[in-house]
Amino acid sequence: MCLAIPARITAIDVAADTAKVALGGVSKDVSLALVEGAAVGDYVLVHVGYALNKISEEEAERTLRIIGEMGLLEPAQDTGLSEMAPASGTGGRS
Amino acid sequence: MTSERRFPVRLDVRNGAVDMSHGSGGRAMAQLIGELFRRYLDNALLAQGNDQALFAPPPGRLVMSTDGHVISPLFFPGGDIGSLAVHGTVNDVAMAGARPLYLAAGFILEEGFPLAKLARIVESMANAANAAGVPVVAGDTKVVERGKGDGVFITTTGIGVVPEGILISGDRAEPGDAILVSGSIGDHGVAILSKRENLGFETEIHSDSAALHGLVAAMVEAVGEIHCLRDPTRGGLATTLNELAQQSGVGMQIREDAIPLRPEVAAACELLGLDPLYVANEGKLIGICPPDRADDLLAAMRAHPLGADSAIIGEVVEDPHRFVQMETRFGGSRIVDWLAGEQLPRIC
Amino acid sequence: MRYIDEFRDQRLARRLAKTIAAEAQPSREYRLMEFCGGHTHAIFRYGVQHLMPPNVRFVHGPGCPVCVLPMACIDQAIALATQHPVTLCTYGDLMRVPASERKTLLKAKAEGADIRMVYSTQDVLRIARHQPHRQVVFFAIGFETTTPPTAVAVKVARSEGLDNFSVFCNHVLTPPALRTILSAAGPRGARLDGILGPSHVSTLIGSRPYWFVAQEFGIPVVIAGFEPLDVMQSALMLVRQLNEGRCEVENQYTRAVTEAGNRKAQALMDEVFQVRARFEWRGLGILPDSALTLGEAYADLDAERRFPTQVAAAREVRGCECPAILRGVKQPTDCRLFGNPCTPENPMGSCMVSSEGACAAYWSYGRLREPARAGAATG
Repeated sequence: MCLAIPARITAIDVAADTAKVALGGVSKDVSLALVEGAAVGDYVLVHVGYALNKISEEEAERTLRIIGEMGLLEPAQDTGLSEMAPASGTGGRS
Repeated sequence: MTSERRFPVRLDVRNGAVDMSHGSGGRAMAQLIGELFRRYLDNALLAQGNDQALFAPPPGRLVMSTDGHVISPLFFPGGDIGSLAVHGTVNDVAMAGARPLYLAAGFILEEGFPLAKLARIVESMANAANAAGVPVVAGDTKVVERGKGDGVFITTTGIGVVPEGILISGDRAEPGDAILVSGSIGDHGVAILSKRENLGFETEIHSDSAALHGLVAAMVEAVGEIHCLRDPTRGGLATTLNELAQQSGVGMQIREDAIPLRPEVAAACELLGLDPLYVANEGKLIGICPPDRADDLLAAMRAHPLGADSAIIGEVVEDPHRFVQMETRFGGSRIVDWLAGEQLPRIC
Repeated sequence: MRYIDEFRDQRLARRLAKTIAAEAQPSREYRLMEFCGGHTHAIFRYGVQHLMPPNVRFVHGPGCPVCVLPMACIDQAIALATQHPVTLCTYGDLMRVPASERKTLLKAKAEGADIRMVYSTQDVLRIARHQPHRQVVFFAIGFETTTPPTAVAVKVARSEGLDNFSVFCNHVLTPPALRTILSAAGPRGARLDGILGPSHVSTLIGSRPYWFVAQEFGIPVVIAGFEPLDVMQSALMLVRQLNEGRCEVENQYTRAVTEAGNRKAQALMDEVFQVRARFEWRGLGILPDSALTLGEAYADLDAERRFPTQVAAAREVRGCECPAILRGVKQPTDCRLFGNPCTPENPMGSCMVSSEGACAAYWSYGRLREPARAGAATG
């Protein structure tokens, strides 16, 4: 729902419970009141001036990989692997 | 009102403020003009001290344009209301393919506005005018009561002369024409937003506010058959393309991945939920020309410092509905609509 | 931009599109509801629907908190700002939503009401600190994504003793709305085969609250990320569930959504809010246990108690089909007001004014596919 954007924490102000986050060369201060254990270098979802959740970089890479595997190659790019294995979804029942 | 007139007490530019007497037409106003405005905006025509500037127009067709400037904040990265007022009107005149000649400037000042800020603005305006080679030859000042103005409003009017054989107008786009833009979009709007206090983000983006008449002259010289020129100010690229489509009775097809966009501007727009297509520009232009001239026009634009990032972004098509359609960078398709009102940051 | 651009990759999109086209069985239709307005917006902005085969279609859901906010709430907010000496703070999304008699917060502001647009509840706190002798009311809206920020502000206001701070609470809950849509689905309701679950509501509430959709209604769910590739992958996952006869709650947005969700934020919500017995939703009617109000411990910060207001009963514009569109029963083009006179410049209902509303999305992005309405294009 609602617009939330991934951004990287570049600095943390523990006393104020805020962080500086960066996205594509723009930086912004956000509140950390809704997350726990955030560290510099973590990616968080930013929504209305708050960090909502951390983003799992591992899961992000995995999702992209699976998307890549799910996609059929165009004929010109066919390397013989055009038949992709049926994937069971990235999470199954969760 | 000559600059030799003496006033008993010098204007306190450092700590003083505008008051109602500065607009009343009497000595106080004369002093404001003599010791502040004329200090920066000085040229032979203004120095005559008349209520009008007298000059013989060069031969050719004349264009005239006017623009009110009410921007807030008054000072922003890359400019201020003074330089903006010069660039904006110089550009409006230039978009006809004209060489701008002169500017006139009307100031509406709010009672209580600090003279130090006014001096900064006027100096900036003078610098912009000098750099552009377009002097401010006539002016006016009025003062309104506190609370009835936003510090300062500036209206600039400009005139220019169009070279022989040039006919550039918003209704001249034809199906098949190429659509070009002179550089990255959204810089000005994002620079402004970065200053508005309740959108606290910092960015290196500066307003792109610039006088484009030099670029236009280079373009017109390289390609005399340019059909349309317009600068996408308020409402952004999308609004201006729609205006041109309406005026010319055509449609347009553009490609999102061809539109120059700085990463910082893209990022700022993401954070605010804004679409860069609708964010204001103050130093960019859109050009529309016959397809066989597009490469020459592009080369001429790129050769000029203000057009280094120019790109061909699409073409004009037949379309009775006059839609501007865009192939998204995702490979889908959408229309690019007129803006309903000012784009507001959104949460969802 | 990391974790944004990669999920907008055109090459991957084309390949996924081929897969979806190959796997969608030509003999059947796949009607997938994207519950969340943010997804509606993304689908239209990137033109995702054009990459789908014709038998895989998106049905637009009511997950746009601006769209489901009853007119009466905007009337009440305007009344708060005009009948009491308060500073009313609101998110930008609400400024142009038409209330009764075509009034809006923007118009009320133009007429002198002290209404200020904010980006964050942190801004509201700043304003309250800055003007201790003037009351500041926050017009709170949004689903579960936007609710914890309000909770934080309430707690901060309490701990700092900001007596001039209060909240006009209109936060709503996703599962009850989903339940209503699904209960109404069927021959006379929206025909739905699958649900694309909201991205960021789910980061807060987790994936467990959606189990009832699969278990009670037999409709598969895929919780989908926010970017167009996420939407496409999720659509493919739903197509596969349907082809294989499975009915599960799957999570495509694993980089941000877990089964349990954000417990810290959930605890904050539980502490500050309580569930309202009933709340009127535009288009969905009165739903029980579907919205929030401040809990007893924070009741003194409730603007509705602090500032009683008089509002007349609100009436929708005649002919406005927002209610049916929100339920997924009608398309924007089925509304006789669409395009003429209802446009983003002249909205008759909230679906046209909110950038996530289906009508606004159709009008602003999708008209090239709706030739029947093309005559209204220049309106």
